[in-house]
Amino acid sequence: MLMAFQEIQAEFGYVPDGAIAAVAEALNVSRADAYGVLTFYSDLRTQPPRPVSVRICMGEACQAVGARDLLAAVQGLDSARCEVAHVYCVGNCALGPSAVVDGRLIGRASAETVHRLAGGPS
Amino acid sequence: MTTLFIPRDSAARSVGADEVAVRLAALLPGSTIVRTGSRGAMWLEPLVEVDTPGGRRGYGQVTPDDAESVAAAISAGTGHALEVGLVDDLPWLADQHRLLFARSGLADPLDADAYVALGGLRALRAASAMDPLEVVAAVEASGLRGRGGAGFPAGIKWRTVAAAEADRKYVCINADEGDSGTFADRLLMEGDPFALIEGAAIAGLAVGATQGYAYIRSEYPDAVATMRDAVAEARDRGWLGPSVLGSGRGFDLAVRVGAGSYVCGEETAMLESLEGRRGMVRAKPPIPALAGLHGRPTLVHNVLTLASVVSILGDGADAYAALGRDRSRGTQVFQLAGNIARGGIVELPFGPTLRELVEGYGGGTRSGRPVRAVQLGGPLGAYLPASRLDVAMDYESVAEAGGMLGHGGIVVFDDTVDMAEQARFAMEFCAEESCGKCTPCRIGAVRGVEVVDRLRAGDDPDGDRAVLLDLCEVMRDGSLCAMGGLTPQPVLSALEHFGEDFIPRTAVGA
Repeated sequence: MLMAFQEIQAEFGYVPDGAIAAVAEALNVSRADAYGVLTFYSDLRTQPPRPVSVRICMGEACQAVGARDLLAAVQGLDSARCEVAHVYCVGNCALGPSAVVDGRLIGRASAETVHRLAGGPS
Repeated sequence: MTTLFIPRDSAARSVGADEVAVRLAALLPGSTIVRTGSRGAMWLEPLVEVDTPGGRRGYGQVTPDDAESVAAAISAGTGHALEVGLVDDLPWLADQHRLLFARSGLADPLDADAYVALGGLRALRAASAMDPLEVVAAVEASGLRGRGGAGFPAGIKWRTVAAAEADRKYVCINADEGDSGTFADRLLMEGDPFALIEGAAIAGLAVGATQGYAYIRSEYPDAVATMRDAVAEARDRGWLGPSVLGSGRGFDLAVRVGAGSYVCGEETAMLESLEGRRGMVRAKPPIPALAGLHGRPTLVHNVLTLASVVSILGDGADAYAALGRDRSRGTQVFQLAGNIARGGIVELPFGPTLRELVEGYGGGTRSGRPVRAVQLGGPLGAYLPASRLDVAMDYESVAEAGGMLGHGGIVVFDDTVDMAEQARFAMEFCAEESCGKCTPCRIGAVRGVEVVDRLRAGDDPDGDRAVLLDLCEVMRDGSLCAMGGLTPQPVLSALEHFGEDFIPRTAVGA
């Protein structure tokens, strides 16, 4: 089920409404089970993604070098165009704080860098 | 012709290695640029190395803006402010004892010929010619313990899976390295992926498993890509497949990607996730070694555990067991993270003091302020105060000091940290990442956040403290797995060593 949803999301960017019934039917499981998998994993989304994605690492190692302040400083970017969220650890713990802007990992990230990279054309 | 080595590791890229490589390629036409794994000296990234007759000369923390002057220095053979000398002679690297990370940073991680030239494949060649039980005996004799955190003797697992009768057996590589402060698994997969594949193949042949899965977290896209390419290459070369190295015995490996769930690093939750379901923890027994993936005997190991097998079979179990101390044998990969001046990978035989790592290799905090707290072993590990830095870093000594070695992560905080906030975060993290199967973890974590908030508000400090201690006891003793069972560690250690942070500021002022 997980791989099916991952492939659907890779194709569409999210898991559309009808996918639960289709996956349940194809894999011979109940819709409840399929819904359970879809809602368990934070990577799986049921809404289309916004054009720009900003994720700030909130692992302890990044907290030790100012991740909380960084998240607060870029919260203003959150809009219909840009989604700001946190992530727990991107494995860049010696070069924090870390941010991921549209899939690109940024080490020793500053609010200015994140703003610049997420700014782009709206 | 000049050859330059620039890491393609995601940490190096996060601080500009790609741009540096592009600029240097343009500035030094005719030179060859090899994109390598990282040496693990994260504080020097991007680290540019140049081949010279005397060895590789390094330039540390090269920004794209530095590319022009560095290129000029390389061409003219003159000095440069960013030059760090011969990389192999850097005390930070030369003083380490590297087995797992001996190769990372030296060559293109996907160059299979370079892997063999650097000593790879000796172990698999040896193991494929041995009786499987001899291989199991070697792992037992080495004293290797699981590097994922629990430190369970690997040999016992191998013997159990090898002895189990079943139509199919599996090897599962746990690469769901979710603990903050740990990145050794990622670094190895990106820097020396064939070592992990070799270790998994040795394990497969030894325990009679024919299929392996590497479960890699989705937060590591570069590691996923590198592992997929490396597995395909290994298959082409017959290192994996129906007849591993022509031995007539088969073992294949597939890469699976997680979906943003921390608890899937717990071995039974990982098995559930591999089977495509919610990552809910299973009750044990039965242990995965007897009834794991699809109910079959399954050898589940962390990345570093399996990669360690390459040293054990390649250089002998005795040589491996001669390293370390007491019941902690071999080398441990310490990962210096957080507020640290010289962060990165320090691989040493078990037993250095935490002070040698944090103050010696690490050079203290990056901020220059005093070290106040060190969290060992990830989000579920205890916070130790600066007064406990003299603890020796092996499994038992750290446990005696009230901590947990875990996966070797060391996260340093300076004196600006609010430890009550960190304690609250531990509960908040557990509430968000709990799989929800058992009550102490699912509900306890939510209540834990509330109690820490009340304690900090200070209306009934003695009462709330008693409730928090009681709650932690229930979570520790009543949870199904380490997620709920160990969350009290950071909370209670913060309360024990940094109690003053839990007193409301107004009360302190009064």
